[in-house]
Amino acid sequence: MKRRDFLKGCMICGTASSLGISKKAWGSGSFEGYPEGMGVLVDLTRCIGCRSCEAACNKEQQLPEPIVPFDDQSVFEEKRRPSEEAYTVVNRYEQKDGPVFRKIQCNHCNEPACLTSCFVNAYTKTKEGAVIYNSKVCVGCRNCMIACPFNVPAYSYSSAFNPIVKKCIFCHETRLKVGKPPACVEICPQEALTFGHRKDLIKIGHERIKETPDKYVDHIYGEKEVGGTGWLYLSGVPFEQVGFDNTLGNEPIISNVKEFLGTVPMVLAIWPALFTGFHLLSRKKGHGDDHGQDAHATKSEQEGGKK
Amino acid sequence: MYAKKNWLIGGILMLALSAVPPVCQGMNMPDSITLDSLVQLYDKVKFDHTKHIKLIKDCAECHHHTTGTLVENPNCIRCHKNSSETKVVACKGCHSAQPFSAETLSEKNNKLYHQDKPGLKGAYHQNCMGCHTKMGGPTGCLDCHPRNKAGDALYNSGDHAPKKTQKNTASHGH
Repeated sequence: MKRRDFLKGCMICGTASSLGISKKAWGSGSFEGYPEGMGVLVDLTRCIGCRSCEAACNKEQQLPEPIVPFDDQSVFEEKRRPSEEAYTVVNRYEQKDGPVFRKIQCNHCNEPACLTSCFVNAYTKTKEGAVIYNSKVCVGCRNCMIACPFNVPAYSYSSAFNPIVKKCIFCHETRLKVGKPPACVEICPQEALTFGHRKDLIKIGHERIKETPDKYVDHIYGEKEVGGTGWLYLSGVPFEQVGFDNTLGNEPIISNVKEFLGTVPMVLAIWPALFTGFHLLSRKKGHGDDHGQDAHATKSEQEGGKK
Repeated sequence: MYAKKNWLIGGILMLALSAVPPVCQGMNMPDSITLDSLVQLYDKVKFDHTKHIKLIKDCAECHHHTTGTLVENPNCIRCHKNSSETKVVACKGCHSAQPFSAETLSEKNNKLYHQDKPGLKGAYHQNCMGCHTKMGGPTGCLDCHPRNKAGDALYNSGDHAPKKTQKNTASHGH
């Protein structure tokens, strides 16, 4: 093979494979959730901070006994986050017009960063919309905890022998799978949590904003954030004032890495061939030189012999 | 003395009756309603209908366009400007006790309006709590419905409150 043909071949292969890969990566970025995926619309203007959702979650998921009763309001003195002992927590934010309560749990992203970051595929986004976790294949690397833009997954550090990642699973096994709303939604007295198909909830959310524009900030948090989340939020005060991260952007977390990840197969496929080619070429050239020297030597020897 | 007392009672009754809005007079409505949809966790609530009528006077405040005066809410007026009174007036007649069941969800999808209609529990609490907050009525959970034993168990409260010592040993055990 001529050197020029080899390089040409490399160029063509490289371009073709990189085009193919970028197309595939683009496809993964535009996933908008399963069409029948369920979600919950959380209306912060309705929440009264009764913590019933926390109690219901505790019983449904058979979590350990809490430190204080679920009707104890003293927990609001500090900002809590979900833990291995509580998959959902409610925090209180003092505002001008009285306290605003915000429930935190897994947001069940359309394109979960935890799932993306997991190299053993322990996470699954089910067709019902839940992001569930298989502890049997988890190796405990906790990449998901770092990847989650909402700081949701917790780790059972208390377990010495079998620590696992713990987070809200949308009551998938016991309820969602059989068409029932999660326990927190069912118990909420104020219907601050509305369960339904994600696409319907977005319509309902916009409808509420339209009908009572003075009551709400004109935004549904989670409609577009990080590629869209199953849990959506309406608020009467700016989201950043009640603990929401407004800096996440609308791109799914996978978009931050997919271009890099797209080059990995290309590197794996092209580089061995490319460098083998270089190696062969250089060896061939080197061999040729040796040959030349040998020939030269023989020639001089012959010349010497003649003399 | 007795006559005077009778006269007084009569007067009070007269006053009380005059406080009831004329639209509600003579209507077949309950004086008291037992709300028992949360009976698994809470005692039944005896809702004093008459007391609330006296306080609020306008039936439509709670019953929307189904009874009393015509609606004033601009969102409802678009359709219910001239709506006559409906046969069903009770909350549970329209607000489903199972608002998130598969059937209710598909039913909602087929409707053009009222897609965001709260369930029975949500309707009660949003209406009651909203008004109680404004009017200074009771707003604590147990102010209206005392919890039963199952309720205490769910909330880890009362007899089921976590014992501090137990918790400490449990956390040491982990």
